[in-house]
Amino acid sequence: MKLTLRVWRQARGAQQGKLVDYKIDNVSEDMSFLEMLDMLNEELTVAGEEPVAFDSDCREGICGQCGVVINGTAHGRGNSPVPTTTCQLHMRSFSDGDTITVEPWKAEPFPVLKDLMVDRSAFDRIIQAGGFISVNTGSAPDAHATPAPKLRSDRAFDNATCIGCGACVAACPNASAMLFTGAKITHLANLPQGQPERYLRIKNMVAQHDAEGFGNCTNIGECSAVCPKGIPLESISQLNRDLISSLFRKDGFGG
Amino acid sequence: MVDTKLPNAAPATDADYYTVGAEIHDAKANTTLPIERVWPDRQFTAKLVNPANRRKITIIVVGTGLAGGAAAASLGEAGYNVLNFCYQDSPRRAHSIAAQGGINAAKNYKNDNDSTFRLFYDTVKGGDYRARETNVYRLAEVSANIIDQCVAQGVPFAREYGGLLDTRSFGGVQVQRTFYARGQTGQQLLIGAYQALERQVAEGTVQMFTRHEMLELIVKDGRARGIVTRDMVTGEVEAYTADAVVLATGGYGNVFFLSTNAMGCNVTAGWRAHRKGAYFGNPCYTQIHPTCIPVHGDNQSKLTLMSESLRNDGRIWVPKKAEDCDKDPRKIAEADRDYYLERIYPAFGNLVPRDIASRQAKNMCDEGRGVGPLVTEVDQNGNERQVRRGVYLDFSDAISRLGKHGVEVKYGNLFDMYKQITAEDPYEVPMRIYPAVHYTMGGVWVDYDLETTIPGLFCAGEANFSDHGANRLGASALMQGLADGYFVLPNTINDYLATHHEGQLPADDPAVVDAVAQTNARIKKLLSVKGSRTVDSFHKELGHIMWEYCGMARSDAGLRKAIRLIRELKADFWKNVNVTGVAEDLNQTLERAGRLVDFFELGELMCIDALHRRESCGGHFRVEHQTEEGEALRHDDEFAYVAAWEWTGEGTKPVLHREPLVYKAIELKQRSYK
Repeated sequence: MKLTLRVWRQARGAQQGKLVDYKIDNVSEDMSFLEMLDMLNEELTVAGEEPVAFDSDCREGICGQCGVVINGTAHGRGNSPVPTTTCQLHMRSFSDGDTITVEPWKAEPFPVLKDLMVDRSAFDRIIQAGGFISVNTGSAPDAHATPAPKLRSDRAFDNATCIGCGACVAACPNASAMLFTGAKITHLANLPQGQPERYLRIKNMVAQHDAEGFGNCTNIGECSAVCPKGIPLESISQLNRDLISSLFRKDGFGG
Repeated sequence: MVDTKLPNAAPATDADYYTVGAEIHDAKANTTLPIERVWPDRQFTAKLVNPANRRKITIIVVGTGLAGGAAAASLGEAGYNVLNFCYQDSPRRAHSIAAQGGINAAKNYKNDNDSTFRLFYDTVKGGDYRARETNVYRLAEVSANIIDQCVAQGVPFAREYGGLLDTRSFGGVQVQRTFYARGQTGQQLLIGAYQALERQVAEGTVQMFTRHEMLELIVKDGRARGIVTRDMVTGEVEAYTADAVVLATGGYGNVFFLSTNAMGCNVTAGWRAHRKGAYFGNPCYTQIHPTCIPVHGDNQSKLTLMSESLRNDGRIWVPKKAEDCDKDPRKIAEADRDYYLERIYPAFGNLVPRDIASRQAKNMCDEGRGVGPLVTEVDQNGNERQVRRGVYLDFSDAISRLGKHGVEVKYGNLFDMYKQITAEDPYEVPMRIYPAVHYTMGGVWVDYDLETTIPGLFCAGEANFSDHGANRLGASALMQGLADGYFVLPNTINDYLATHHEGQLPADDPAVVDAVAQTNARIKKLLSVKGSRTVDSFHKELGHIMWEYCGMARSDAGLRKAIRLIRELKADFWKNVNVTGVAEDLNQTLERAGRLVDFFELGELMCIDALHRRESCGGHFRVEHQTEEGEALRHDDEFAYVAAWEWTGEGTKPVLHREPLVYKAIELKQRSYK
């Protein structure tokens, strides 16, 4: 198929960028979206132009490194029949002659590094604030010492599948990272091992979330709609419940 | 001791490619002890560093996957000052995250005869008796602690309704010792390690450097003292020094261009260390994974694995008759299907080890009984032929036994992934799969302490050669990465640091200045070629050569031809490559070009290693060396050794150092899965 791509180009260190149009031909429908961008980059290189910088690594939808806004929706969710990462979006979701707009995540806490690449280190700092269980290597009891109820464990798992891609922030009009934060809160709050630090964790993580400049949740739900792993909006409810609960407890009173 | 009586020179026909040097031995494990005493003995004999002194000692860890992340976190917890580097934008993205199926541990929770010794035995046998006994036994010993550690961190392993952990079977074994988290076990284990790591970052014991790629090793007075990195955002080349350096930089499967590895996986860290004196062990041992989604076209950038766990319930078959190959598989009668793994290996059936399952899939397609679209191939003699490269992985039996929901619970995410990539619904039609490059058992040579031949340089996880011999069993990569990172390195590295802690080097130290200058010169050289071919076009061509001649079937003539082709391609690269952009910028073309340069040299060494090893073992299949049934035929009298290669310079021959493999706890015998 033949396509017109409108791609965001922004030099490193520049305050602003702009959309630039490129024509591309012979795109096969079995190609992934990023393979199509690879093809564009090969053509740009041969033409003596600088290729488009974009992030990707595993290309199987699990590492969370890729992510661009396609035709206005994060990871091209608006074009995909199912929740997806950018790398797992395939060109069969588009038609011959389409014009496709490709932009980076746009949110203040995610500054653009170059073209389609952004800095998402704010997510790492939210985890540093408390997204863990404090257990040094070697100090763990036997794995069967504490049984964990299956359904709670499954819920923990559903939330632990978050890949930290940032689509939730990119989709949110408030640039809120509540879904990302809520997923980690819900993951650890549903496991017996997560209880001792539960209410200290939520205070610290939410404080860091706010300090990074992410906005508040106003229950719009775009985050969950674009989430490639289907993290539900109720994870934000869990975050809010735990946060309110934490206000009435001293730090360290888990359970 | 077994006297290997190996010739001390290369055969005359190989003299153009390499020379033979002195034998090499692991000096850290006391092999006179019974095998179960070796690790406790080493833990006791290793020198210690007083907790109060640890904060004055700096350790560089390169890589943040299961091995690197676990090591950095654990060494930080121990009180060392850790500098941790990764090329991704966050440590959570390391490619360990893509591992699907599970992690082995000798817990015997299933009461099915499992034990440390059985896990050890299965791993050595699965590796076709080409791994070092002491290392593998230790791996099996610490495997149970890994599960405990991960559960305590909040890794949500699959559980039964009673709240206890569930396990399943994996290839090459007859017990259920594989712990799993749906089809995302690697992701969950890595997030566990990542969270432990970020906790140390918050504590200040670990300093994290993301989007930093290691481009050179700093060696002073024969000891590893630091690394040179390129900041992948600003392009700045910087030196970081320390008392010891740990490489946990993953495998080199991307030498084949198409593999299940992430786009950024590369050999540069290990290869730069190799060029500075670290021997490289068994480079030709490559794992071709049997169950991957087949290649769809020339613009493909990577291959996607379908977890081996699918072989628990999926049955692999091809049509008995070639004329059925383009039919709708659902219309092919049961009597006309060949469940070839069940037929050839009745005891293990679809759960034979990966090397065997891959080779048989290739054999079926070569016979003309493959399925899927016809593709045109050019063979090694330049003849074109039409082949179908795929076999069926069929879940219809499992769906009638467990119901669609039952299958969905176990494999749902894998089925969704398959459908998203191929646009076919595996609940309705059998999956089509074909082998793809997945894992590299070879890597930087290490001793029992995971120390390389450069003192002060350690290597962990897939990047080292140590535990899997010539073939890795499923669910053992996660086990090895975490064993090395959580439990081995933190117990062995202090032995070195107790006597070597001179502190960081000054920026104007000649060793530092030289390493930075070498790195800058290499970058400048790449940018100055200004030819007309793209980096990826060279990489794809290298990949084709490697896959054709150093893939699933290797031959003497083919490997010689491959070495010639790689040398020609490398020469052409330095004349015609076009690396766009500038050094002082975010420049992804430059990153890829630098990695490719090291892949050329590695690819050549892989072919030389494969050429020299005149036997078949595990993933290394030499067509001249097979049994009457077409199985790998080892020659233990000549090749029961690790090939550790020494770099001697560009354009000069590498030196082969053999480490004889001595089996005391396990009897060396021909593998059988029938």
